[in-house]
Amino acid sequence: MKKNLMKMNKITKNNLITYGIVVVAFIIMQILVTSGNISSLLQGLLVPLCVYAIAAISLNLVVGISGELSLGHAGFMCVGAYASAFFSKAVGEGMPGMVRFILAILVGALVAGIFGIVIGIPVLRLRGDYLAIVTLAFGEIIKNLMNVLYIGMDSNGLHFSVSDAASLNMEADGTVIINGALGITGTPKDSTFTIGVILILITLFIVLNLIHSRSGRAIMSIRDNRIAAESVGINITKYKLMAFSISAALAGVAGVLYAHNLSTLTVKKFDYNTSILILVFVVLGGIGSIRGSIIAAVILTALPEMLRGLSDYRMLIYAIVLIAMMLFNWAPSAINWRERVKAKFKGKKQKTDKKEAA
Amino acid sequence: MSFISYLINGISLGSVYAIIALGYTMVYGIAKMLNFAHGDVIMIGAYVVLTMMTGAGVNPLLAVLISMAACTILGMTIEKIAYKPLRNAASPLAVLITAIGVSYLLQNIALLVFGASAKSFTNIVNIPALTLAGGKLIITGTTIVTIFACIIIMLGLTLFVNKTKPGQAMQAVSEDRGAAQLMGINVNGTISLTFAIGSALAAIAGVLLCSAYPTLTPYTGAMPGIKAFVAAVFGGIGSIPGAMVGGILLGIIEIMGKAYISSQVADAIVFAVLIVVLLVKPTGLFGKNIQEKV
Repeated sequence: MKKNLMKMNKITKNNLITYGIVVVAFIIMQILVTSGNISSLLQGLLVPLCVYAIAAISLNLVVGISGELSLGHAGFMCVGAYASAFFSKAVGEGMPGMVRFILAILVGALVAGIFGIVIGIPVLRLRGDYLAIVTLAFGEIIKNLMNVLYIGMDSNGLHFSVSDAASLNMEADGTVIINGALGITGTPKDSTFTIGVILILITLFIVLNLIHSRSGRAIMSIRDNRIAAESVGINITKYKLMAFSISAALAGVAGVLYAHNLSTLTVKKFDYNTSILILVFVVLGGIGSIRGSIIAAVILTALPEMLRGLSDYRMLIYAIVLIAMMLFNWAPSAINWRERVKAKFKGKKQKTDKKEAA
Repeated sequence: MSFISYLINGISLGSVYAIIALGYTMVYGIAKMLNFAHGDVIMIGAYVVLTMMTGAGVNPLLAVLISMAACTILGMTIEKIAYKPLRNAASPLAVLITAIGVSYLLQNIALLVFGASAKSFTNIVNIPALTLAGGKLIITGTTIVTIFACIIIMLGLTLFVNKTKPGQAMQAVSEDRGAAQLMGINVNGTISLTFAIGSALAAIAGVLLCSAYPTLTPYTGAMPGIKAFVAAVFGGIGSIPGAMVGGILLGIIEIMGKAYISSQVADAIVFAVLIVVLLVKPTGLFGKNIQEKV
């Protein structure tokens, strides 16, 4: 019993450290911003940092905790972004800004979550690389369909079309909300760094609590050995779908934050490269490590901006740093070397300790 | 008549996908990794041919051979430096992300060396177009060469894998790496050889792709790379005839979708067909279904 209590404390402590890092980082950034010690470029990056951090945490739930490779995460961000921006535009000034934004976040999360369930049911029947390619395919399909989707609103209600804005057949007072490849323009700029950080904390709360719950343990047992998990009566489909849809909903929240940060929203941002970018954060930060995902997301989003002085060479350096970090972190020979170095330092320390004792 | 001409265009585009997919599928079969940098090797191959022809005035056929050699060296170097150290890594995702890193690296090197502006690729095929049915059906020289190249490569590769010693070594390594090593097969050499062949094929694919669609930018290889990856999965990843059939089907679906439905959603149709196929046959058309033993 006592041992159990200690273990709980360890988990709680670990979680508190993660929350603490986010809060401390937030306070430091706020002080820097108010004292004017930060470039406007970096200031503009603060909300995107939150977006990528949330996206990385949510993808880690699928890749790290559920053990499935997903290459279409940007698709869920896209759905969340579009649904919420549509909501905000449709409501317009009919609600106070804060209420509207909170509702928009819920709408984005809900719609992305529903997409997660709908896509998850067929996709999760597949395994390994086949699952990965199908998630990629869904991401691309969502992007392609959003590109030809036109929705307008007038006094008669909503009008849909998949060919062009003119075929919406609206009355004269109607407005086009989703304008095909041009996307949504004039979304209210509701996202702020503070809201972003609050959303990160809420995401962390949901994911960390899920991981350490009974359901979380069931999900991880499926990852570790599917057959063994099935044989002790764990419902594989249910738990996999749970992880996948929660992850999709959280990615939707990241999309909402993104959509309300810029006045123009197009699907170009939510392509395959963005999915890959989020995956890079997850793998580099350590698969299954939630804290690592946040740190990697922040560093890798800020890095290209920090390297801006190097102009043309910055993406080249980014690529080289990425390869080098992967080799250093994952190659068995590099891990061995690191352990040898560590052992050497420890050995020296012990020797000096002995000498001092003598 | 337009249907037949779309069909031929589809087979031609599909042949290019098939050649790229062969590279993907061979590397996957043997190294069990998705080589995301494969599409960028295609782009480098096309740039080498372009530079050789416009810069050095080399004869087109020789330029293609030089490009193949360059891509072979490039592919083997990438494997040695970036992939080999991660072969026994704890997570298979590690090498996937490294491949993405290599892909960024190649794109940015091309960006620095050749510039961001699109270069127009000179068609290297100077065979006159074939006119059939009284001028209603025109088949360009590029199309003919592409389809023939694909058939020759396919036949050559099948013979190589089934009839030669190195080819059989490849099959053995992809079946069971440990057992192959115990039988005295040089596993590292075999994997290097696979990357060499895959990259040489990528160079050919690059030339054929750019002959048909003559704009070349550092990002030219990315989308065909993904499509070819889809084609490889479609046919059952790891299977050589699968890559061929998958590639050609994909090309036909894409061109038909563009012609009869909408050019904007053609890609969505390609991916939707892939999803349906995988849901019916979860390991692709020619994939082996391996039963898990408890």
